[in-house]
Amino acid sequence: MLRGKAFKFGDNISTDLISPGRYFHLRSDLPELAKHVMEDADPSFASRVKPGDFVVAGKDFGLGSSREHAPLVIKMAGVSAVLAKTAAKIFFRNAFNIGLPVLICDTDKINEGDELEIDLTAGTIKNLSTGAELTFGKIPEVMLKILNEGGLVPYIKKYGDFAL
Amino acid sequence: MAMTLVEKILSEKSGLDVRAGDIIVAPVDIAFVQDGTGPLTISQFQACSFERLANPLTSIIFLDHAAPSASRELSNDHNRLREFAKRNGAQLFEIGDGISHQLIAESYASPGEIIIGADSHTGMAGALGAFATGMGSTDVAIALSLGKTWLRVPESFKVIINGQLSKGVCAKDIALYLVGNLGADGATYKALEFCGDGIAYLTMSERLTIASMAVEAGAKVGLFPSDEITHSYLEHHGRGQKYRPLEPEPDASYERVIKIDATRLEPMVAKPHSVDNTALVRELEDMKVQQVFIGTCSNGRLEDLAVATEILRGRKRHPDTRFIVAPASRQVLSEAIQAGYIQALVNAGAVIAPPGCAACLGVHHGVLGDGEVCLSTANRNFKGRMGNPEAFIYLASPATAAATAIAGCIADPREMM
Ligand code: SF4
Repeated sequence: MLRGKAFKFGDNISTDLISPGRYFHLRSDLPELAKHVMEDADPSFASRVKPGDFVVAGKDFGLGSSREHAPLVIKMAGVSAVLAKTAAKIFFRNAFNIGLPVLICDTDKINEGDELEIDLTAGTIKNLSTGAELTFGKIPEVMLKILNEGGLVPYIKKYGDFAL
Repeated sequence: MAMTLVEKILSEKSGLDVRAGDIIVAPVDIAFVQDGTGPLTISQFQACSFERLANPLTSIIFLDHAAPSASRELSNDHNRLREFAKRNGAQLFEIGDGISHQLIAESYASPGEIIIGADSHTGMAGALGAFATGMGSTDVAIALSLGKTWLRVPESFKVIINGQLSKGVCAKDIALYLVGNLGADGATYKALEFCGDGIAYLTMSERLTIASMAVEAGAKVGLFPSDEITHSYLEHHGRGQKYRPLEPEPDASYERVIKIDATRLEPMVAKPHSVDNTALVRELEDMKVQQVFIGTCSNGRLEDLAVATEILRGRKRHPDTRFIVAPASRQVLSEAIQAGYIQALVNAGAVIAPPGCAACLGVHHGVLGDGEVCLSTANRNFKGRMGNPEAFIYLASPATAAATAIAGCIADPREMM
């Protein structure tokens, strides 16, 4: 069970907004890079987010570059899941690979600051602030397996191969 | 049931009869990283306790994003990548050799192959009839060691291009029109397959421009059939023996069909801050521009520099407009020197940046100031992309870029040819 507060963002949050290219030189210093998470979408995010919280966005979250640093810095900030109407393909796959679930759902039913409770196995999102109940799109089976192992590295270490 | 080109390639590669929606594990012919994604790939490679590369000859590291290095941290990253290549026998392309996707096209990609790269524009090699797609560092780390990856066979959209572009209108205008039409997420998880009588008029350089922009509509790959144009490109680059004709089966079924009449297209731009925010150049004339940038995997090829030179020869950049040109590779630079393009561009007031990504991603070689406007031939104009979230990026063809450098404001190239 995941529980935390919603931080709301709009549509088309690119990887440039999540982890700006001007911090390119920090890519091998992840804790430093993570200090700038979401900086160009909301400069105050990094200082306000708490472990367990959620990034809640509109459509096409994570479009743009293939930088896996984008989901990584979100995860390092303590975020337990990203909720979006749709997500860009490379971001989506990268996020599961590093153990960060991306849940596709109707995020219009979630407001900034709402308290959410998410049951990944049951596929439900409870909005404790409004009482609304949401469901999210089925996580593709391969990705669920990868997520359950904590990401692709632990998955491969365990199975030694793709065990689809 | 008849197969799309994607289904055909992935069936052959996986040894199964696959259809859109199937999940497969397939061998990877070429796997690569660049200096932005490579260090994390090495960390993941090591975290898996991998010790060897499955295919050292087609495991490639490109130092192109910050080239030459812009800081001490990046220099250290570069050294880590060089060391990894040396130890494991991976191929290394140094700073100044050029942009990964351009070098993959020049020296590696062949029809029917599976190529994965830790860079979102990997799909550009689809211009050569390869199934090429961008992934993250971890996926590529696994592919480097296991020599395979898992894929979901994408549904395809059929993009029919008819007719020939008129003078002053470029392949970039087709790409911008298409992305504007589909929307930035209009083809998410899909493949774009190009066909129609118009593709016979498109050179490999032009096909590469269009394929490089497929991901801007969310697509996994922008795939062209392999034909005589592919054949002569491969021959020109010394691997004609790798040619094989490839096309989708007739009557293959497509999720969507998009028709583009190339004869009717006009010069276009994508306005800030998204690639699908398109408009006609003539709707934006008089917009002042402080920097013009010609380069990137999308438009830094010899043909692009030729188009720009044709417009700029004997003319000068506007005094208020800086002008940066970055050839896509060492070979492009060297051919452009021989053809006299570089001299003409320098005479016109251009700064020639080293072959590589240069100003495209906001690390160096042309970071914008607050409130500045740049017209660029790159594939992306996201907020902050060129290093400053307070700047504005317009995307256009090399012809429009050249005309704009002269006028100092967004200008229609057809009026200067
Ligand atoms: S030129 Fe730009 S778009 Fe192309 S690989 Fe380099 S940074 Fe990416």
